Amino acid sequence: MTQSIRDRVVGIIAEQAMLERGDITMDASPQDLGIDSLGLVESIFAIEEEFDIQVPFNANEPEKSEFDITSVGTIVHAIEALVARQAV
Amino acid sequence: MKRVVITGQGSINALGHTAGETLEGFREGRCAIGPLDLRDLDRLSIQIGGQVRGYDETAHFTRQELSLYDRFTQFALIAAREAVAQSGLEFEGELAKRSGVVLGTAGGGVNTWDDSYRAVYEEGKNRVHPFVVPRLMNSAATSHLSMQWNLTGPGFTVSTACASSNHAMGQAFNLIRAGVAPAMLTGGSEAMLCFGGIKAWEGLRVMSRDACRPFSADRNGMVQGEGAAIFVFEEYEHARARGATILAEVIGFAMGSDAADIVMPSREGAARTIAGALRDAGVSPGDVGYINAHGTGTAANDRTECAAVRDVFGADADKLMISSTKSMHGHLIGGTGAVELLACVMALREGVVAPTVGYNAPDPECDLDVVPNTAREAQVDVALSNAFAFGGLNAVIALRRV
Repeated sequence: MTQSIRDRVVGIIAEQAMLERGDITMDASPQDLGIDSLGLVESIFAIEEEFDIQVPFNANEPEKSEFDITSVGTIVHAIEALVARQAV
Repeated sequence: MKRVVITGQGSINALGHTAGETLEGFREGRCAIGPLDLRDLDRLSIQIGGQVRGYDETAHFTRQELSLYDRFTQFALIAAREAVAQSGLEFEGELAKRSGVVLGTAGGGVNTWDDSYRAVYEEGKNRVHPFVVPRLMNSAATSHLSMQWNLTGPGFTVSTACASSNHAMGQAFNLIRAGVAPAMLTGGSEAMLCFGGIKAWEGLRVMSRDACRPFSADRNGMVQGEGAAIFVFEEYEHARARGATILAEVIGFAMGSDAADIVMPSREGAARTIAGALRDAGVSPGDVGYINAHGTGTAANDRTECAAVRDVFGADADKLMISSTKSMHGHLIGGTGAVELLACVMALREGVVAPTVGYNAPDPECDLDVVPNTAREAQVDVALSNAFAFGGLNAVIALRRV
């Protein structure tokens, strides 16, 4: 793998937020980056396609999903866990 | 302006194959949402819906008819037969010449799209059925109703997502009111419960995997339904002259756009439309006893809708009942307002208010009388039916007891 999971997730989020990769910090929330609810659904779709995983995310009540979207860091962490689980 | 009344109603949906069975379901507070039965279900993450069960299309239509009728057209025709029969109208002469059809649907022949794409993409066929286009067009149901009853007046289909039926019925109302037509068949139909139709909704991630629980603190999204409801709207003097049974009077309609967001609802937009319907009907907030809510069971809709009702009704909001029958038949998308108007007619005519079932816990942001779980007897003089569609297209109808 040439790129880490973190790099690939940051790439997807940067594209959605229309920002440079360097502007995406781990403690930023999607809202901080200007990503609204539709943008979030689209980012998660892109992540699922990129890693061929299912992300348990309910746009209806994002804060109650099993998937923690508090910040870029928590999203990366959750994706790493999902990818690791899939590799087993 | 002419007065407009309802003299016939018909329906087929998850609660039953007639309007009568639907009302029985409302009275019992029966939830007709359950496991879906359709092709490739194992590839869907959403496995529940308000599906029309025990339905044999060949019991209703000939083979030749079925080659032209998508499921959404079949539903519209079945509901219309019931409605026209109840009205007792014989469409002939001047009446047939000037009467027409306005129906709502969001997706039209979704099953036809689905089957044809499957044939060419998945099965690699290079040929589809010759009637794919006349089956799938959104206006097909309207055309078939006009042909069935020889209605040569105004005919068109309205497609405004989840408000399609309400917009359609609003147009029918205003055509009769303005003296353009003596009677109109109106309502809506939807048949989106197929692999592609559900897969598309899954993508938005607003669907519940277990139940539709509008206004309940533990709600977690919407559930799709399917079916149709059709009404006979008739000019009041025309109905009275022939001694027709009048089910309810249509007294007001308003529509408006949020001009804001393609999926998120707007409190101001909803409130403006509700207030517009009251103004058009010439009634005050205190006159309204029941509102059939849009009540989709998503966090955003239910919260916004309750806030909008509070904005319009003020202190009167605590005196009215508001329920979402989507909890029983699911969200029929473009057909939903039509099936929900049945609950308004029932409240006015029978004095029974349909409940919001699946209600488990109060949500402080939806602190209205949502008629939880059990139908209620009450005299209702004026009822409203709300529809607030994706893309901010809102339509509210007002009915009065006769």
